[in-house]
Amino acid sequence: MSDKKLSALAEKSNAERKQIRSERMQLVLRNKTFLVGASMLGFWVIMAIFGNLIAPRGAGDQDFEFVSVGPSLKYWFGTDANGQDVLSRVILGTRLIVVMSFTATALGTIAGTALGLAAGYFKGKFDMIVMRLIEAISAIPVLIIALLAIAALEGRSPTLTVIVIGFVFTPNIGRTVRAAVLGESELEYVAAARLRTERTPHILFREILPNVLPPIIVEFTVRLGYAIFAIATLSFLGAGVEYGSPNWGTQIAENWGSIYSNVWWATAFPALAIASLAVSVNLISDSLLEVFEI
Amino acid sequence: MPIVSLLAAEYKLFEVMKKFILKRLGLSVITVFLVAVIVFFLTHILPGNVARQYLGRGATEEDLVEFRRVFGLDKSLLSQLFIWIKDLLQGDLGTSMQYRGPVSDLLLPAIGYSSKLAGVAFFLIVPISILGGVVAAMNRGKKVDRLITVGGLSAAVIPEFVWAIVLVLTFGVTFQIFPVTAFPEEGNRDVLNQIWYLILPSISLLLVLFGYIARIARAGVIEALESDYMRTAVLKGLTRRQAVTKHVLRNALLPTIAVIASQVPYLIGGLIAVEIVFNYPGFGTILKGAVDARDYSVLQSGVIISSLVIVGFQLIADILFAVLNPRIRQKVSE
Amino acid sequence: MSAVPTLELRDLEVAYTVRGIDREVLRSVSLSIAPGEAYGLVGESGCGKSTAAFAAMRYLPRNGKITGGSILFEGKNVTDLSDDDVSALRRSAISMVYQNPATALNPTIRVGDQVAEVFQLSGVSKLDSFAMAQEALVKVQIADPAQVMRRYAHQLSGGMAQRVVIAMALASNPRLLVMDEPTTGLDATVEAEVLDLVRDLRRETGTAVLFISHNLGVIRHMCDRVGVLYAGALVEQGATAELFNNPSHPYTVGLLRCIPRGGLHKSTDRLDTIPGTPPALGLHFDGCVYAERCALADDKCRTQLPQMVTISESHVARCFRSDKAGSLPHLVEQVDFAPQSADKATHVGELLLEISHLSKVFTQDGNKVRVINDVSLTLGVGETLGLVGESGSGKTTIAKLLLGLVSPEEGGVVTLDGKGLAKTLNRRDVHDVGSMQIVFQNPDQALNRRHSVTRIVSRAVERLRSFNVKDSINRAHELLSGMRVDATLHSARPVQLSGGLKQRVAISRAFAGSPQIVVCDEPTSALDVSVQAAILNLLVDLQKQDGVSFIFISHDLGVVRYISDRIAVLYLGRVVEFGTSQRVFNGPFHPYTEALLSSVPNIDGSIRKRIPLTGVVPSPSNPPSGCVLNPRCPRKAGSGYEKLCETEEPNLTEVEPGHFMRCHIPVAKLKQLQN
Repeated sequence: MSDKKLSALAEKSNAERKQIRSERMQLVLRNKTFLVGASMLGFWVIMAIFGNLIAPRGAGDQDFEFVSVGPSLKYWFGTDANGQDVLSRVILGTRLIVVMSFTATALGTIAGTALGLAAGYFKGKFDMIVMRLIEAISAIPVLIIALLAIAALEGRSPTLTVIVIGFVFTPNIGRTVRAAVLGESELEYVAAARLRTERTPHILFREILPNVLPPIIVEFTVRLGYAIFAIATLSFLGAGVEYGSPNWGTQIAENWGSIYSNVWWATAFPALAIASLAVSVNLISDSLLEVFEI
Repeated sequence: MPIVSLLAAEYKLFEVMKKFILKRLGLSVITVFLVAVIVFFLTHILPGNVARQYLGRGATEEDLVEFRRVFGLDKSLLSQLFIWIKDLLQGDLGTSMQYRGPVSDLLLPAIGYSSKLAGVAFFLIVPISILGGVVAAMNRGKKVDRLITVGGLSAAVIPEFVWAIVLVLTFGVTFQIFPVTAFPEEGNRDVLNQIWYLILPSISLLLVLFGYIARIARAGVIEALESDYMRTAVLKGLTRRQAVTKHVLRNALLPTIAVIASQVPYLIGGLIAVEIVFNYPGFGTILKGAVDARDYSVLQSGVIISSLVIVGFQLIADILFAVLNPRIRQKVSE
Repeated sequence: MSAVPTLELRDLEVAYTVRGIDREVLRSVSLSIAPGEAYGLVGESGCGKSTAAFAAMRYLPRNGKITGGSILFEGKNVTDLSDDDVSALRRSAISMVYQNPATALNPTIRVGDQVAEVFQLSGVSKLDSFAMAQEALVKVQIADPAQVMRRYAHQLSGGMAQRVVIAMALASNPRLLVMDEPTTGLDATVEAEVLDLVRDLRRETGTAVLFISHNLGVIRHMCDRVGVLYAGALVEQGATAELFNNPSHPYTVGLLRCIPRGGLHKSTDRLDTIPGTPPALGLHFDGCVYAERCALADDKCRTQLPQMVTISESHVARCFRSDKAGSLPHLVEQVDFAPQSADKATHVGELLLEISHLSKVFTQDGNKVRVINDVSLTLGVGETLGLVGESGSGKTTIAKLLLGLVSPEEGGVVTLDGKGLAKTLNRRDVHDVGSMQIVFQNPDQALNRRHSVTRIVSRAVERLRSFNVKDSINRAHELLSGMRVDATLHSARPVQLSGGLKQRVAISRAFAGSPQIVVCDEPTSALDVSVQAAILNLLVDLQKQDGVSFIFISHDLGVVRYISDRIAVLYLGRVVEFGTSQRVFNGPFHPYTEALLSSVPNIDGSIRKRIPLTGVVPSPSNPPSGCVLNPRCPRKAGSGYEKLCETEEPNLTEVEPGHFMRCHIPVAKLKQLQN
């Protein structure tokens, strides 16, 4: 036996094996990275749900006596060129990006998982065609294909953006799931299932799927981070969301020109919001990666 | 082994590589073709929509008919696709709906600018990211490692435009170290100065791509460090440093090549936001303008060109990987 | 021993830090190896033998450290040597050869460069180092060294790779060679070649060897003295023959009794097992480490640490009751299996399965590869058919063909109980599927790690017997308890079970549909010998009680001989010999069988003259013309049938009643040559 295996054995000696499952959960909960990420994300989820109760002012409220005024006791994050409260707009902008990124990622994950399961298990021609399509879609930068689709479909509606992002994520997740399924379907428990006359759907969903869940969960969190990234960028570029609604990307797009005259707050706070939301998701996916040892 | 059979072996390898490259090339052509079809149907998904979209709701029926005639939109979808692809193959990117001039006149100079930015960014990103990954792997579990892995990936999920604005604000506006645009004024455009102006935009791209590449480089190095052949090297009596430079790096960094190529789409996507913040007349700026104006001819060609670049890099990476990796070389030859 | 020992371990203690706690892996191990001596360390997995080997090299995993005692090399304490000094020592005086030679070589550097590197490290110029590397390869009997030097690791066979690793190890002219399971994972004939080579080289160089193996037969053949490790403690040590003939620690006694060795057969002999399982790593003991599992243990054994007791001049054992060890009571473990259909057991021996003209062609990168060629076999009710052959012989593919997991070529027919079976699984009805089941080699892959033990078995009952869920669960519990999987473990997941228990779960699943035939594909090769014995006993009991038939695939000839009634020997997808166990093992032999049998190192120390197979196994995509064995056949030359052997493939013909061979040389001639 190699020393590596020996130390692996040391890690999983008989007495401890029993606790591994519950320990894994504890491991996640004890992981500092996870805790930091989860509390940051928790903060933003609360903002998304209760934002309109928390925000001191309405989204459209303007105060023409305070135009482009820096942070003060009255306006903690200052006001923008329209005399709007930056803090309130940041708080009220949370819901849209959180809801959009979650739905888009969920959509992409479900579609990608189905595609990956089928491609990995059936192999052959079906797999070949799916792989070529995946390859083609991956050969277009996500942002560009999203811009193109949103422009072509005449859409500034968030629903459309969610569908487009979900669609462009499908190949990525499909590829991950397919690779995992390819590995799993070689394992003998699949042959064992066939040897008790199980049908294909049972084998796919009851035998294989549970075993490829960890990579899917990790991929979901990774994609979620990128969905926030993409939606923020699209709204910064003026695509994908409606004008006027409070939205971090749009907020930055409207205000960043004034950073040259040192009006930094109208841009910096929404930027900080995007960064902290994205980072919170990344910290979670990072800690899961560590615990699942993928 | 006699010279003749040695030569025969080398020749066989050459033949095998040729076959491999041709096969990959064929697959790349299929991919680009599929991209063209996808892009075409995406823009023509609602029949007759393009003209209405472009001209807006106020356009009269005559305007629409005329517009469709000029841009060949009155033909059937399939023949439009056929003509478009035929033109593309001949290097004709079509006519811009917005400027009524050849798309190539618009895109080619912009691509030139973007290549400069991407080039500078690339030369910053690749060595720094790989170095980061190697340092992290060699200090596995220590603070430096956490900083590079967690910090790197956290930086990577923050959009480029946020980084770009933060960088402009700090280094451009507040400390005034770097210029706030990416393009020097006329008469001041020698190579060094141009590069100087491109540093800040490149850093915002670096921040987004560093995390992924460093992570893969780190994983490769760790795998090699824990490999049986590394153990063999150490037990042969090589010092750790000798073993790492002779046995680890080559094996560890091979997979990184593929990952670098896989990041090219993100690099191109990132150009758009960065170019806009730094007011740089590149590919991304043109594309953004085309989106705003619904200039589909420019958009279509832009997407095709970017996917050509992406597929090209992937092809190069695949070939490089095969050439450097004897195992793949063998697999290919079987 | 008058001379300064080459290696001496003095009360060596090594611990691994797992989750912040130091866990003892080696407990005060003391041993010494004289110059030129070969010292063997045996023990089951997890006993610390590899750790001892790596500690001798001063190479421990990241979480390992020496917590006590010392390592002396030629009288010099090297326990606390600096990294640079240790490197210098490895460059000049000690070398190592390990398991998995294929991964021990760098995949992206040419073999020649890797061997030459060792010479360069000792200051030889680059140019000279290549000449020396070539010489080194000649020394390990590599036929075409110049060509091998230009290859990469993955282009070498396992045996060839191990020769290269040995060449590298010997390049520095070491005074000590540490070999950690150097032949584990290699085929029997290749293993025999490598062991012969090591013996020859040792005679030539006089290097002292520390030889680690789990295989008692190999140790017996290779070593002058032997140490037995259990749970990190050295429990017995002695001159090889002395220790094997008069084992004096209950553990050694038990270990030797577990092994199905020469001549034992299920019909007359029952294998002993060792009760319980080895202790978890790093457990603390007040008394003897083995007391918990020892039939002789009393209170003293559990509370006081035994010291080494001298048995004879060259033999010590760490046991208070070493005088009684030889009369250790036999442990008999009985299964309690309730057969569902009693009618099967009545007509033992009647024809049950007939395989005729089974072939399989795989397409590999456009080439047609015939992996199974015209295999015909029969199996009776309640009998075991052993399939023997080296890797690539097609054993597992035959199993998959029988089960319908892959479909045979046109013309192949499998008849079960008089009924022709459909080619693929999907076309077979529930009864046919349930009639033939399998136990796979690797339970970790064969049991879904997300499902509970109960679910794994009950789902099979539900599908194959059309029981409702509740009845399925009851039957599953009945089966599991019958196979001695404790009720407390029924809700566990596979990962929580030991290897032996996992295999019992897999066997329970195979019996879910009351099968007529169970294919056992290397079911014990991932297990330690003591666990293997328990599984073999279980299978034998099941056969006696249920009248089930087995197809037993194994590379371990001792195991196959023990459990089989008939044996088929496979080479390159062909049955080369088929007959009763008795016939196949006692001869006259097919030349391939003869070579195979002669390459197994016997545990009783008897030396059989090895009949070598020359060359390597040819690729099935390009088999030799004529008899596929002819380029390697040990009996072709001088037989008078050379021409025929090279041009025409022999058929499987009945050479004696019930004994079939695929060979042109008449059986009488073979008999004469083999005596």
